[in-house]
Amino acid sequence: MKLLTHNMLTSHVKGVTKGYPLLIKATEVKVNEVEFNPEFVSRMIPKLEWSALVQAAEGLGHLHELPAELTPDYEKNEEFLKKAHRVLLEVEVIEGCLQCPESGREFPISRGIPNMLLNEDEV
Amino acid sequence: MASSCRRPEHMAPPEVGSIRSPCVLSSLSSRMIEIQSQMSERAVELLNLPEGQPCFLLDVGCGSGLSGDYLTEEGHCWVGVDISTAMLDVALEREVEGDLVLGDMGHGIPFRAGTFDGCISISALQWLCNADKKTHSPPKRLYRFFSTLYSSLKRGARAVFQIYPENSEQLELITAQAMRAGFSGGMVVDYPNSSKAKKFFLCLFAGVSGVLPKGLGTETSEKNVPNQVQFSGQRSRFKNMKGKSAKKGRDWILEKKERRRRQGRDVRADTKYTGRQRRPHF
Repeated sequence: MKLLTHNMLTSHVKGVTKGYPLLIKATEVKVNEVEFNPEFVSRMIPKLEWSALVQAAEGLGHLHELPAELTPDYEKNEEFLKKAHRVLLEVEVIEGCLQCPESGREFPISRGIPNMLLNEDEV
Repeated sequence: MASSCRRPEHMAPPEVGSIRSPCVLSSLSSRMIEIQSQMSERAVELLNLPEGQPCFLLDVGCGSGLSGDYLTEEGHCWVGVDISTAMLDVALEREVEGDLVLGDMGHGIPFRAGTFDGCISISALQWLCNADKKTHSPPKRLYRFFSTLYSSLKRGARAVFQIYPENSEQLELITAQAMRAGFSGGMVVDYPNSSKAKKFFLCLFAGVSGVLPKGLGTETSEKNVPNQVQFSGQRSRFKNMKGKSAKKGRDWILEKKERRRRQGRDVRADTKYTGRQRRPHF
């Protein structure tokens, strides 16, 4: 699971109102080379919850010098976009689990696929 | 009920998807792959994404990621949701570019509001119309799916679902729940004159309502003036034939080619050689 996907994922257990951000408890993390696309990264940045991204990257130990605050004029700052690209698309959580901050429900991640299936009583 | 056994959603619940199940096997046949990628191509065309812009898309019921491959080819980034671990394992083996999530679409789409620029789904929605467990209620599951999908889409985004509807009630059930969730839009039917090439696409708009695109192979049917019967030369055509065969002229050939084109078949273009007599042979 890429951190971009993590930044968008929420918990959808019954009764949870926000369920965001999910806490990552990773046991295996991999860094994959992905082709750099500055246009895509700069298009995605306004959609991101920046603090959640920094928090998640820090927790995994793959912050790659990402600034805690979003820099203005990031579209032109290629250095910054490259760092964001690295954290968003190249860092992948392979094994571990995601925890809902409200209900404490854990969603296991295996082989890079988060299991978001719910039990019937949680729908 | 003999015919219903040909539909994979009647055989087993979707999460079973074992390696022997028809959906896994079908993903391996080359003809299925061709049809799947053709349908994804058409679905992306119906999404009407801004040209030359890489978008973030959702693929519901991504399965082994065949439709995702086409999205990657087009330069988009995608997230796939599927309920079957067996199918997702196939996707992992094929090393698809997109991110995969194991989830049941009837439980809702677990993403933040305004995440995606569009959503496609190839032959997946009809699975939601089945109640595989006692607790399942198709209208409720459809509503939960559509309402959470609506919020996870950007305003003005589209969602395109290719479906094989079983009957008109099923189609009505799906569209009614989609409209209840706030979507506008409707069905686009490609090649309605052919039983083989006919394809149903449910094309939904989130927020802004747009003009529903026309299905392929339907262009010739809409030229009528309302409240007036159109003149048709269908009968008078035969009056001045005087014993000649109706099936030999260039007009007949052109008409037949047009008919086949409407059915979505592969037809050679009309040229000056069409229906021309060959040189005399001894």
